[in-house]
Parts: sequence; structure tokens; C-alpha cells
Amino acid sequence: MAQKLVVIGAGMASGRALEHLFEEAPGAWDVTLFNAEPRGNYNRIMLSPVLSGEKTYEEIVTHDDAWYAEHGVTCRFGEKVTGIDRAAKVVHGENGDVAYDKLIIATGSTPFIIPMPGHDLKGVLAYRDLEDTNAMIEAAAKPGARAVVIGGGLLGLEAAAGLKLRGMDVTVVHIMGHLMERQLDPSAGYLLKKALEDRGITVLCEANSEQILGEDGHVTALRLKDGTELPCDILVMAVGIRPNTKLAAEAGLAVGRGIQVDDGMVTSDPDILALGECIEHDGQIFGLVAPLYDQAKVLAKTLQGDAATYVTREVSTKLKVTGCDLFSAGDFSDGEGREDIVFRDPGRGVYKRLILQDNKLIGAVMYGDTADSNWFFGLIKDGADVSDMRDTLIFGPGFQGGASSDPLAAVAALPPEAEICGCNGVCKGKIVAAIEAGATTLDAIKATTKASASCGTCTGLVEQVMAVTMGDAFVMPTVQPMCKCTDHTHEDVRRLIKSQQLKSMPAVMQELGWKTPDGCPSCRPALNYYLLADWPLEYKDDRQSRFVNERNHANIQKDGTYSVVPRMWGGVTTPAELRAIADAAEKYDVPMVKMTGGQRIDLLGVKKEDLPAMWADLNAAGMVSGHAYTKGLRTVKTCVGTEFCRFGTQDSTGLGIKLEKMLWGSWTPHKLKLAVTGCPRNCAEATCKDIGIVCVDSGYQIGVAGAAGMDLKETELLCTVATEEEVMEIVAAFTQLYRENARYLHRIYKWVAKVGLDWCKAQVVDDLANRKALAARFELSQSIYRTDPWAEHAKPSERAKWAPIADFTKEAAE
Amino acid sequence: MSWVDIGALEDIPAQGARVVKTAQGCVAVFRTQDDQVFALDDRCPHKGGPLSEGIVHGHSVACPLHNWVFDMSSGAAQGADVGQVNTYPARIENGRVLLDATRLSARSAA
Ligand code: SRM
Ligand SMILES: Cc1cc2nc3c(=O)[nH]c(=O)nc-3n(C[C@H](O)[C@H](O)[C@H](O)COP(=O)(O)OP(=O)(O)OC[C@H]3O[C@@H](n4cnc5c(N)ncnc54)[C@H](O)[C@@H]3O)c2cc1C
Ligand code: SF4
Ligand code: FES
Repeated sequence: MAQKLVVIGAGMASGRALEHLFEEAPGAWDVTLFNAEPRGNYNRIMLSPVLSGEKTYEEIVTHDDAWYAEHGVTCRFGEKVTGIDRAAKVVHGENGDVAYDKLIIATGSTPFIIPMPGHDLKGVLAYRDLEDTNAMIEAAAKPGARAVVIGGGLLGLEAAAGLKLRGMDVTVVHIMGHLMERQLDPSAGYLLKKALEDRGITVLCEANSEQILGEDGHVTALRLKDGTELPCDILVMAVGIRPNTKLAAEAGLAVGRGIQVDDGMVTSDPDILALGECIEHDGQIFGLVAPLYDQAKVLAKTLQGDAATYVTREVSTKLKVTGCDLFSAGDFSDGEGREDIVFRDPGRGVYKRLILQDNKLIGAVMYGDTADSNWFFGLIKDGADVSDMRDTLIFGPGFQGGASSDPLAAVAALPPEAEICGCNGVCKGKIVAAIEAGATTLDAIKATTKASASCGTCTGLVEQVMAVTMGDAFVMPTVQPMCKCTDHTHEDVRRLIKSQQLKSMPAVMQELGWKTPDGCPSCRPALNYYLLADWPLEYKDDRQSRFVNERNHANIQKDGTYSVVPRMWGGVTTPAELRAIADAAEKYDVPMVKMTGGQRIDLLGVKKEDLPAMWADLNAAGMVSGHAYTKGLRTVKTCVGTEFCRFGTQDSTGLGIKLEKMLWGSWTPHKLKLAVTGCPRNCAEATCKDIGIVCVDSGYQIGVAGAAGMDLKETELLCTVATEEEVMEIVAAFTQLYRENARYLHRIYKWVAKVGLDWCKAQVVDDLANRKALAARFELSQSIYRTDPWAEHAKPSERAKWAPIADFTKEAAE
Repeated sequence: MSWVDIGALEDIPAQGARVVKTAQGCVAVFRTQDDQVFALDDRCPHKGGPLSEGIVHGHSVACPLHNWVFDMSSGAAQGADVGQVNTYPARIENGRVLLDATRLSARSAA
């Protein structure tokens, strides 16, 4: 006689388990199937194509009425199971009890709803079932409707893409730094964001939701922690799922994060089995269908009394958004003995990264071109030795088996009509013809064909065409790349950041083909500077890409303590300031108090955890950071000038203070030091500064490009002006010219030696409109950066970050 | 092994570090861009620089004083420099960072 089998949940996992059961033991089980949803099993993962309109619900049904009838399944759809009586072996349905010999729990999971204010308003939706999907489709039907999606993971993005296709105005709010951070690294995340933005979806990363606003019980907007309000007609929350364990827990089964099962899918009660997203196996929970299908196989065997063991296997992720091709599988983090192979093709928006360990492929992330993903996934699953094909592995299966990997040979093999320069549509044949007509340098090729004259990313390819065509007559130019992460020079990178509007570190690394996943200590600080100098409003300073002094706003000493230098505008101080400095020195046991060469006081030997409190004390006395640690404005030295000196011709002290107040807080390629001296006797040593002003009877001589460190050099005269206002404007404009053009870690004298003083004069002295524009851009940047970093870090809420995260000294002593 | 909870992962900045104080000196706990954690002595074998203040890139850190670079998983100096830093087992569980207490306290005995 058939045994009684009750199944709770008609989802993807139980559906597959029943198929196996009916196939292997037809007639052995008398099945009752409960489902809370008012329908049988459908392909849940295809809800996204239903949402986007690419499929209908009817097309995604996997088991129809006929199927259930054929296998004698008693369907109790639209009926929830409310309890399990294990002693009586009975389940309680909303419409009555059913007895079982064996019970399967397959209740799946429930979407997590962040319990923030407003989460219970109408129009706040999850994305789990057909009801949710239909609610979204209905909302999208209203012309001009707007949606906010919280969560930039797989589900959130599929919802966003679907709603956009239905004509909604969509914003994705994601708390992490890049999209799908569990599956993608930042480079692939950047490309995905770009692709979604290209289809008109707004993507906000690092955005913290605070409150859902509503009117008459219906959602109207989402408010973020920074105060931004995003108006919306619906708000979709796709921030994660939780195994649906309520029934099992109430019945007293062993439940951890999920319902605990053994290798045969049996729970702590031998007559109750479980599978799918509701379970926990070996500490793991599940969110994709592939492992559930394996579980279904094992569960069917166990029910028939055959031994079977479930083993977790590798899973891979793809996003079902048409046109966004991404793939990730395996372990794609770095690690001991792991190597990366990175391939980037900025022109096509392709990024591929393979992770190797012990000659085996252990992980892969790809974006833009996923044609070979199955082949790579196979290599990961098989643990195959790939040492023989390592050099060409990243090019996929097509390149295995003896194909040449010499790039020059590949270029030589290109047909004449192959496009070399995408921007200007220049093919190989045209370049070869230009060379034959006498253009034998890169500049000549640029001038005659325009190849590599725009964005410049094809320069390497153009050079290879030249090498192939000219043979030994061509000498590859030896340019010094920025660092080992890239072949581009600092100058190229600066130019490309501007011309291609690259506004984030992942954008630069992807579009310019970086060879490492996240740069190195040499390129990261430089890129951080270039980005903040070029995009002051859009780019957010990256503290972790700064050297210790700039990250901690103090100079590190050889013993790991720090020195603290408060600003003394123009070298002028007051008894009250000196008293506050003296108090701070005593309070924090400062071992040395010293006058610096920059007309201010240095407190040396401060412990890191004392810094915020000390800053707070100095702030309270009206003092701010002296930035003695930055590639930015350091000091403006002054002499006493007309105020007191019998030779003074102008108010050098006053002008110095004004300049310092204008320039402080600004970041520059290297440090920037100024001085204003009251007469040519030059007591403020203005003639050896980056910018030095010598006051004379008729006005002000502005000198630039002095040096007094490793090199000694007198300033050169930029111009002489009559008023303080002109000094201020020219200094601002010249500083901005330096900020926009110099390479990182070049002082002004090195940069001027390269570009020429005449060019600088033309830019800031002769061309008045340009001078004003430069000064305005400087002021714009200063509207962000003219703030005291000490005040920000001294806030009570920030202080804990400066102390050790944990202290075991006491425990150890016990 | 006996794992001890030192704090939340989010308390350590990505591409950054925090230190744990022990009776035998500080241990630097690093978090990489791909959200893995590594624990190393916070003392550079060159001249004692605090590694926790270095720039973290990939799974390496550059000492803030003279730029020696260490592989955080092995503790070995990279490139031309020769040196070794002690490493300690570290892992993440439910968003918390755990260190092996046995190894931490065994340091004094070693
Ligand atoms: C504190 C001070 C020495 C003093 O006790 O007087 C000082 C201290 C340091 N200087 Fe200096 N310089 C100090 C005035 C100078 C001056 C004189 C001046 O500013 O009038 C010069 C020559 C002018 C110049 O800048 O060219 C000077 C030229 C340098 C150089 C060489 C720069 C160059 O491009 O040639 C370096 C190295 C560097 O920047 O790469 C340097 C680097 C340093 C560093 C930051 C070394 C380091 O990286 O750790 C020292 C930090 C010590 C500390 O822990 O606080 N320091 N340094 C002075 C701080 C001035 C201030 O109030 O901000
Ligand atoms: C929009 C979307 C897209 C997805 N895309 C992918 C993808 O591309 N790839 C991938 O691998 N995975 C994807 N997934 C995940 C995949 O759908 C799930 O892993 C899978 O459906 C889980 O199967 P399950 O049987 O455990 O649970 P479910 O399919 O959720 O089934 C559980 C069923 O149990 C019912 N139930 C719960 N409690 C009770 C009760 N007390 N009484 C009666 N019935 C109850 C529920 O109503 C539900 O119908 C996607 C999910 C969604 C929502
Ligand atoms: S000259 Fe400057 S860098 Fe050299 S020891 Fe003195 S303070 Fe340090
Ligand atoms: S102390 Fe670390 S490199 Fe010198």
C-alpha cells in the first residue's frame, strides 16, 4: 500500500524532488502537496523575464494541473500549513489536518524587509513571487511612475532592469561600494554600473537608507542618511532572504540559520525531510537553484531507503538582464600563492579575471564577454592542471593548441581593413600607407591619419603596426610607465582621466587597462590625487589610498608616534594660542616642542590614540591643522613688513595671512610652500619658495619655481602687479594650473622646467579670461576642501576608530 | 584553536587595518578590498614600522616607513627585501572578525 507523503511548499526544490520520486518509484507514494501561493510550481527564477515583459506567466509554469492529476497528487494550493504535530504525525492545514508517514518541508525563504520607519507602507514590495511581480507590473503601467530599488544584488538589479524596460524611472540604492559585491570584484562592478546607467537607471552606491516616507498610507519617497529624498511610487526591497524555518522551529526540529539536515536531507526527526532554501547543511545555506536540484536527487533516494550523500558543489552566477553579460564562479579573492590573470579591453567594455592556485583555476570573474564562461567553470569544477596553457588561458578555449601568443604576430596577421583606432575609425591599411608615404614617427602617424590622436588607448597597437611594417627601422619609444600596474605614463593617465571623464578609481583601472585588481602603493595615491583635482565635486577622497601621514593628518615618527603642527596663519600667533599649545603639550605628555622651519610649532611624539582628543583641544582654542604632512599647502612664511619694519614697503604679514587663508586645505601634486617678504632684503626667504612674493614700492613681484630642499634654486619672475587683489588671483590661477597639469610628486620647479615659464605666463598672466577661469576652478575645489580635517576626525563619534579595536593586555596579565 | 571575537568586520576599513593590543605588542588586523582578513605582528622587521598604517593593495601591505612590501598571508617580505613577520589565523564569521587566541597568547612563550 502506498505510504502517505505530505509536502509543505510547491516550489522549485520540492517540484524537482517529486519528479525524481515519481520516476523512480511510481505509485509508491500517496502525495498531498500544500502551497501557500494559490498555484502550483512555476520557474521562480524566470519571474524576471515576466517582469520585463519578455515572457508570460503561462510560459514559466513547470507543473500544470494535468501533471499533478497524472501522478495522483492531492493539491492544497492557496492553503498554508499552520503547524506540525510530530507525535501524532499530522500536519495542520488552514482547511484541515492531513496525516503523514513521511513529511517534506520545502518552504523556501522569505525576503528580508529592513524594519526602517515606513516599511509597512503600501507600495513597499519584496521580490519573491508572482504577486510581487504583478504588483510591480501594475505600478509601471502608470505613466511617469518612479521606482526605487533598495539592494544592488542579483534580485534588485533584475527588478530594476525589468521596471526600466516597462518604462519606469528607476533608482537603485546600494549600501556597498560596488554592485553585486558578493559575486563581483570592483572592476566588474564598475562595468555593470556603467551598463545600467547607460540604460537610464540611476545607481547610487554607498548610499544608506534612513526612512521610507509616505502619504495616506502609501509610499512617496525614500530618504537617505545624507538627507537626499528619492521620490517614488513603489519601493522594492531586495536586500536578502532568510530561510523560512518557522514551522520547523515551532515543531521543535533542530534549526540553526536554516532547518538542519544531514547528508541524506533528513532533519532531527527521522520521518521529516527538508530541502531547498529553508535548510542548513553543514553550516551552509542556499540561494541558487543548482544545489537545490542536487538535494532533490538525494532526498528522493533517501525516501526510497537508498543511501545517498549530498555534497555541496561550486555554483556560478549570471545576471538575467539582457545585454549585461556577467559571470562569476569559484573563489575570486586574492590569497597566499594565488595569482591573477587580468585582461581588459576598454574599447569593448570587457573585463576578465582568472584566479590560479597550484596551477589550477579556482575562480573567475568576467564582464562583457562571457562566451567562454562554461569552459572556465568546467576547469574550476574539474580542478584541471592548466600550467600548459597558462600564457593563453585567458583568451579561452579557441586559443589553446599551439596558436601563437606573440602580439606582434597577431598584429601582422590582421587584415588591412582591421580597425586600429576606434575613435577616428582608422584601419591598419591606412596606417601602413601613411608609413610608406614617409610618416615614420608616432607623431607623424597621428598628424597624418589621426590614429591614437583622440583617447590614446590604441597607442600601443599603432606602435605595433609600425614595428611590423618598418621592422628594425622602428624603435619603440621608451616611456616610463606610471608603475608596474600600467603601461601608461602619468601624463597619459592625467589626460585620459579628463578626456574620458573617468571619475572613480575602478573607472580608471578598467578603462585604462590596469594589470592589477586594485593598484599598488605607487599608483593609488597618484590616482586619488588626479581624481580629486579633476572632479572636486564628484569624486570622494579615498583615505585608504593615501600614505599614512595624509590618512592620519599627522606626521608619523620613526617610533610610530606622530607630530602635531597647528596652523599659525602667516607665522603670527597669540598668547592664548601659545597657552593652548602649552596645555596640550603637558596634557598629552609631548616629549618635544620645537619651532619648525616654517614659522610654527611642532608637538612631537604624540600617541595615535591621543590625536583626536588633542585636536579637539586645539580646535577649541581656535586652531586648525597646519597640514605639515600633506602634498598640499604647507606654510606661507612672512616677515613683519610695513606693520613694524622700518624698511617694509607693503603689508607682507597681512598678505601672507590672506594667501594662507585662501590656499589652506588644498591638495596639490607635491607640497606647496609660499612666502611673502616686505622688501628685497627678503627676511621671509621668499626667493627659494614654490611661490614667493617680494614686496616693492610699486607693488608685488611674484616669483615661482624656487627650491631649497634637495635642490637649491632661485625663483623666476612670473610677473609684477600693483595690487593685493591681483596677487591673490594670480596665485590662485597659477596654483590651479599646477594642480591640473603636473604629475604627482613633482614640485613646482620640476613641473615648470618641463612646461616652460613662458607657457605658464601665457596661461595666467597674459590670458585674462583663462586666469579668471583657473581661479574660479580653484575656488570651486576649495569650496569642498577648505575645511579642517582635524575637526572632522576629532568628533566623538569618530574617536573610537583611532584606538585599538581590541585590547587583550588585561586578560593576558591575569 | 580557540577563536576570540575582536570586533565587527565593518569596524575595519576596506584596504585598511586596526590593531589589537596584547601584552606582547600589537597585532595588526587587515581587511582587503575583497573582504578577507589577515593578522600580522604590527612591527616591520626592518626598523619597527607599524604595518597597520601601510597601504593595503591586493593581499600585500607596504610598510609606512620605508616601503617594504609584505605578503599578508605568508608574512614574507617581497622583492629584494628579506624579512618575515609573524602571522596569526584570522577569519570572519557572521560579520565578526575572529583571531586564534591560542596563537596570540603563545607568542610570549615563543
Ligand atoms: C618639521 C620640519 C623641520 C623642522 O623641525 O623645522 C620638517 C620636517 C620634515 N620634513 Fe621638511 N621640515 C620642515 C621644513 C622644511 C623646509 C624649510 C621650509 O619649509 O622653509 C624645507 C626646504 C624647503 C622645501 O620644501 O623645499 C624642507 C624640505 C624637505 C624635503 C625636501 C623637499 C624637496 O622637494 O626637495 C623633504 C622630503 C620630501 O618632501 O620628499 C622634507 C620632509 C620632511 C619630513 C616630512 C620627513 C618625513 O617624510 O617624515 C620631516 C617630518 C618630521 C616630522 O616628523 O615632523 N622636508 N622641510 C619643518 C616643518 C615646516 C612646517 O612648519 O611645516
Ligand atoms: C526573481 C527571482 C529570480 C531568481 N533568479 C535566480 C537565478 O537566476 N538563478 C538561480 O539559481 N536562482 C534564482 N533565484 C532563486 C531561486 O528562485 C530559489 O533558489 C528557489 O526558488 C528556491 O526554491 P525552494 O523550493 O527552496 O523555495 P521556493 O521556490 O520559494 O518555494 C517555497 C514555496 O513554499 C511555500 N510555502 C512557504 N511556507 C509555507 C507554508 N507554511 N505552507 C504552505 N506553503 C508554504 C511558498 O509559498 C513557496 O511557494 C531567483 C529568485 C527570484 C525570486
Ligand atoms: S632635514 Fe628634514 S627630513 Fe631630514 S632629518 Fe631633518 S627633519 Fe627629517
Ligand atoms: S620600518 Fe618598515 S620598511 Fe623600514
